Amino acid sequence: MSKKEILTGAEALIRALEMENVDTMFGLPGGCILPVYDPLLRSSIRHVLVRHEQGAGHMAQGYAHVTGRPGVAIVTSGPAATNMVTPLCDAFMDSIPMVCITGQVSTFAIGTDAFQECDTVGITRSVTKHNELVMRAEDIPMAVRQAFHIATTGRPGPVLLDLPKDVVTNTMEWYWPTDEEVLASLPGYHPTTKGHPKMIKEAAKLILAAEKPLLYLGGGVLKAHAAEIVRELAELTQIPVVTTLMARGAFPDNHPLCLGMPGMHGNATAITAMQKSDLLINLGARFDDRVTGKVGSFAPDAKVIHVDIDPAEQGKVRKPDVPIVGDCRLVTEEIVKAVKELLAEGTPQTDIGAWRSKVSGWQEKFPLQYEQSEPGARLKPQFCLEKLRDAAPEGTIVVSGVGQHQMWTSLFWKFNEPYTWVNSGGLGTMGFSVPAAIGAKAARPDRTVWAIDGDGCFQMTAQELVTATTEGIHVKIAILNNTYLGMVRQWQEMFYGERYSQVDLAGCPDFVKWAEAMGCVGIRVESPEEIDAAIALANSINDRSVVVEFCVEEFEKVFPMVPAGASNDDVMLFPAQESQREFLR
Amino acid sequence: MRTINSNNPFGDSHQHHVLSVLVQNRPGVLARVSGLFARRAYNIYSLAVAPTDDPLYSRITVVVDISETPLEQITKQLFKLIDVVRITELDPRKSVERELMLATVKIEDEQRGQVVELANIFEAKVLAVGIDAMTVSLDGTPEKLDDFEELLKGYGIVESQRTGRVALPKLEREARKGALKGKAS
Repeated sequence: MSKKEILTGAEALIRALEMENVDTMFGLPGGCILPVYDPLLRSSIRHVLVRHEQGAGHMAQGYAHVTGRPGVAIVTSGPAATNMVTPLCDAFMDSIPMVCITGQVSTFAIGTDAFQECDTVGITRSVTKHNELVMRAEDIPMAVRQAFHIATTGRPGPVLLDLPKDVVTNTMEWYWPTDEEVLASLPGYHPTTKGHPKMIKEAAKLILAAEKPLLYLGGGVLKAHAAEIVRELAELTQIPVVTTLMARGAFPDNHPLCLGMPGMHGNATAITAMQKSDLLINLGARFDDRVTGKVGSFAPDAKVIHVDIDPAEQGKVRKPDVPIVGDCRLVTEEIVKAVKELLAEGTPQTDIGAWRSKVSGWQEKFPLQYEQSEPGARLKPQFCLEKLRDAAPEGTIVVSGVGQHQMWTSLFWKFNEPYTWVNSGGLGTMGFSVPAAIGAKAARPDRTVWAIDGDGCFQMTAQELVTATTEGIHVKIAILNNTYLGMVRQWQEMFYGERYSQVDLAGCPDFVKWAEAMGCVGIRVESPEEIDAAIALANSINDRSVVVEFCVEEFEKVFPMVPAGASNDDVMLFPAQESQREFLR
Repeated sequence: MRTINSNNPFGDSHQHHVLSVLVQNRPGVLARVSGLFARRAYNIYSLAVAPTDDPLYSRITVVVDISETPLEQITKQLFKLIDVVRITELDPRKSVERELMLATVKIEDEQRGQVVELANIFEAKVLAVGIDAMTVSLDGTPEKLDDFEELLKGYGIVESQRTGRVALPKLEREARKGALKGKAS
């Protein structure tokens, strides 16, 4: 028997993280977590030192988005933990696997209002998949194993471990729990991954019988690494596909069956195809309100097959005809098998030719469009995006903040590969893109990472570009600067009689100087003549981060748009297309 | 809040549901469970928690007054909690329920006998007697407690505390027979 090895809790934590194959973590030290930062000096794990703890959280998310592996953030107690609440909630809403370590005051001081004490597990309880206050050094290895297991299995999500200072300074006898011990320690956690065979057979029958079927893909397809098998299902049945905001890239935009994004700012074809469908095959989506519009009039004639690993999603918004709880990849594999079996047995697929041609008719009549700006006027944001997209190197990862620029990016970019689109969907966190882009680039140094940001978003988390510079993680930021909180301004124009209240960001700082102050290259683009050269320059710089400010039209609006609470049938089209509305009926 | 003079605290619009939730016996579990109700602004009517025969687990009996659809959702959400091992919704017709009440009642001299008599009728126990008050305890079905409480109010309740109900599924006829047989052999 080997000699007993005595470690401090801090050493055990770092070793446990190494055992979980953590290669990078994002954090900022402080009083209570200090003991952990000492053994970190001797660790193989790369630590990225951020400028604000929220940045660490979003970086961990960006890392997780593009790798599928859990992102790890480590910060101290009190204000650091509260700064982490937004990224945790963001990760919770978008089912991003993440493990967050927070320091805590020593066990004997808990509850005494000690310096930098806060009730971290209490505060984060409703924004994490699970959290745990670890009270003994010897519990650390098991807590870490549980955290990674919970974060990455079932419906992924963030897990937080709160570690009091004396717990990480005390010593323990090192051990590493086996898989069996981890599972036995979680008697209430058994995610269902395999779909019910009867339901799968039922789904296959409905798929072959439908006249107007539609594949409705959500983020679950990416979480389950199901893109390939979903494509096989689409091609086998020739059923058109919509990809929600969280599923952009899960099915290639350049595929003839791809209709793009549905929802509040989806394209007219994708929105209408959902409305008119007689069978929605929901793979890993959750009937989010931004997709359904008014639920009562959403896809009124559609039967629903709902594949989701989270049983609580079944029937939460829309009652499914065929609920299937399970992993998207495993279930879709079984559905493909069942469809093939039925076809082999001689069950024919209903002819969906009429539906397909109706859908392509919509695509022809209602393409994405915008009006080019007048000579001398500010640039159109869509034009900038098209230019960025067309000049982007193969495999570019695109990260966005939240607002108009996010919707335009999702609409105008062509995502032909999974895991190339990173954004904050459910929570809608402004300021997400700069740190998330840094996290994505840290995970995939081989890829170009473009963050598309707004001027409002950029001002929330821009300081993380200092992190990018000091850590040598070189990202590219495009600021679509319309000098407004653009999406809010759009709502005030459309729904508040043009009464603009607190949306004017005029008096923005000089973004070029700001970028330079943070060690980045700053470029300003004001006219169409400058745009190609500026983007080419940005793409050619690989030894520094680049910030390109595009001075874009202030009053440009995102269309199509389904107003909040309205039916998808009442989508507001691009103004020049409104006269053709009858073709959508 | 309980409505006064009513044996149906849930009114007409709501149904009463009893959830029996088996959880790991660990710190924070109750906060997790109650938090799920709180964030949806559902009121927990009563709650009883105690370890089971296996000290690794506790059983929470929670009575809520919500309708069927949100109940299904909240049950699913509860089940997602890592520490929740099992959830059973107990149909009052198919379960046995008990609750305990302690009540201190104001008494004038001549009333003491009346309260004792009342306690006897209900098979309640007299726990303490003072000069102008006495404390009684009663366990039984929640309805029986309601009735007893109603009658005590006539004398003036100084303080009372009910435990909230605990419940277990009723044994089916067959299961009962089986249990008896098992015992005999």
